[in-house]
Amino acid sequence: MSAAAHSVIEPSAASKRVAGAIVILYAVITMIPLFWIIATSFKTPPDSIAYPPKVVFTPSIEGYCNLFTTRTRQTAEYIQSLPPATNFCDETTRKRNMVIAGPSNFLPRFINSLVIAFGSTFCAVLLGTLTAYGFSRFKVPLADDLLFFILSTRMMPPIAVAIPIYLMYRELGLSDTALGMILLYTAVNVSLAVWLLKGFIDEIPREYEEAAMIDGYSRLQAFRKVVLPQATTGIAATAIFCLIFAWNEYAFAALLTSGTAQTAPPFIPTIIGEGGQDWPAVAAGTTIFLVPILVFTILLRKQLLRGITFGAVRK
Amino acid sequence: MAEIRVEQLRKEFGSFTAVQNSNFVVEDGEFFVMLGPSGCGKTTTLRMIAGLELPTSGRILLGGEDVSQRRARERDIAFVFQLFALYPHMNVRRNIGFPLLAQGMATAEIRTQVEEVARLLRIDHLLDKPVSGLAGGDRQRVALGRAIVRRPKCFLMDEPLGTLDAEFRDLMVHELRELHNRIHATTVYVTHDQHEAMAMADKIAVMNHGVIEQFGTPQEIYDRPATMFVADFIGSPPMNFLRFGAHLRKGDRKVGVRGAEIVIPELREDAGEADYALGIRPEHIRFDDGSTLRGAVYGAEYLGTTQIVAVETAEGMLKARVPADQTVKVGEQVGLALNGARLSLFDRASGRALRTALHDEALRRHAHG
Repeated sequence: MSAAAHSVIEPSAASKRVAGAIVILYAVITMIPLFWIIATSFKTPPDSIAYPPKVVFTPSIEGYCNLFTTRTRQTAEYIQSLPPATNFCDETTRKRNMVIAGPSNFLPRFINSLVIAFGSTFCAVLLGTLTAYGFSRFKVPLADDLLFFILSTRMMPPIAVAIPIYLMYRELGLSDTALGMILLYTAVNVSLAVWLLKGFIDEIPREYEEAAMIDGYSRLQAFRKVVLPQATTGIAATAIFCLIFAWNEYAFAALLTSGTAQTAPPFIPTIIGEGGQDWPAVAAGTTIFLVPILVFTILLRKQLLRGITFGAVRK
Repeated sequence: MAEIRVEQLRKEFGSFTAVQNSNFVVEDGEFFVMLGPSGCGKTTTLRMIAGLELPTSGRILLGGEDVSQRRARERDIAFVFQLFALYPHMNVRRNIGFPLLAQGMATAEIRTQVEEVARLLRIDHLLDKPVSGLAGGDRQRVALGRAIVRRPKCFLMDEPLGTLDAEFRDLMVHELRELHNRIHATTVYVTHDQHEAMAMADKIAVMNHGVIEQFGTPQEIYDRPATMFVADFIGSPPMNFLRFGAHLRKGDRKVGVRGAEIVIPELREDAGEADYALGIRPEHIRFDDGSTLRGAVYGAEYLGTTQIVAVETAEGMLKARVPADQTVKVGEQVGLALNGARLSLFDRASGRALRTALHDEALRRHAHG
């Protein structure tokens, strides 16, 4: 008798195949919008609005050209009089009776997003780690109430606090500044960071710090040399969650930033208006916008996976 | 190395008193064991000596210096934790060298010191391994290495063998004692395991509910338990108790337990009318058909050289340790003879042992020795 054929724990080959097929099907369905965005970013404007939609098309980087530039319409005679185009972007622009007038705002907005998202993530994780350590290791009076208070800052919908914050920021001169956005996202994320990290730090036995303190280190040194290295998994997972929030945040950014500190999310939809409905440029902006979070998540995916299942995997 | 002196030490956690007025002295180079059931305050006492907890009141002196309110890192002690607390992100070499690094010692110097300690503990072949893959005994040795590399004033160990399996534990008991004989470090060792305590200790303090019930050598604690708790806690099987009520006077050499006259070591104090317990170690019971103390054999536990025979008597179950070759049948009626010179007497209300010739004899022997 074959034991493997009737194993209770090991699923049969057929059920594994069915499970695999379901997972692949689900992945395909959820990936279609993503694929469509990326595909659109490589279409020409006529291809992007063609009906029936074009699945097979000749790729073009016109969308990316349009994303990074602003263009003005010119007469055919004027374009004829120009010296020959030196690159692809010049050429395609001229074909549409336009010339490149200068760089668009996309790059500075994208840099704003990077600065604000990574800056606020750094602050939130730093403050969160120290706070979580404090709550985990010291007898804090009313610790449970304080922790609930910290969490409660996240309970209100952004729209409920948007107007007070708007007024407050205007008075403080923080409207449309990178510092203001970093402070805001830090404040929102720090509650998540404290709660997540407290869970991780609670699981690191106190004996490690006690051993280090007996070995001649101060508490802060013990924290840095013994606790932090063991909390890296939790810190990485927390950082990803914070970064994703700050990177994708739209409501506050749309309300509080309009010029110099504007981030990519409120900027990207405005591309539509510049010179007709330029879907490839919008898609190109979205595609580039996806990249940093994708890279960061892939770099830290091991920690993220362990982080999500924390408690289950760690002894 | 240094002497440890604990005076009137007390620790309260809120309304709970973990340690009540402990007093003891661990002499320089002594191996001292605190023994007791879980929650008896032994670990709290140890943590106070280490500086991981601050006492509510009382003093701790290390080598004559009052360190009661000092931080752990200012006390120059080493601590071996129950789960070893080896830093998981460092290899064996860095773990052992970690305390030296704190002192700002030069890298080359740390290297030689770590290697010397590793050779002493026979773990020099493991120095560059990560600690996560080590076997229990090797983890134990690394933890010891980290403790001794600094040559501290004393070693504190919190049930360091608790997680090892039985076979390995015996080996480590032997190794620890051997190490102590070689380096003569003042050691305070906490355990709930009486075998470890008996095998290693120069002195033992038996603790219960935050109180030191008895402080003495392993022999004193086994032969002349100061309280019923100690008598019951030490020995396997523990001491038997025969309960009786009587009026006892100084000079009594016999007690009557349900009509049976039992010879005891001469009583050296007036105890009056009260409930008493006669304490009998299993090895001080032998079978004697002529005895008036009788009972039926309930069962036997064979141990190789000896066997433990449980006998159901009118006064309760008694366990006797008799030679393994003696045949016993379950249900058989037997007479039990007791070795009168070695019995203990306890006042049942307080649990305290009464003073008998047994104590004076020991004192005399001690004085002559």
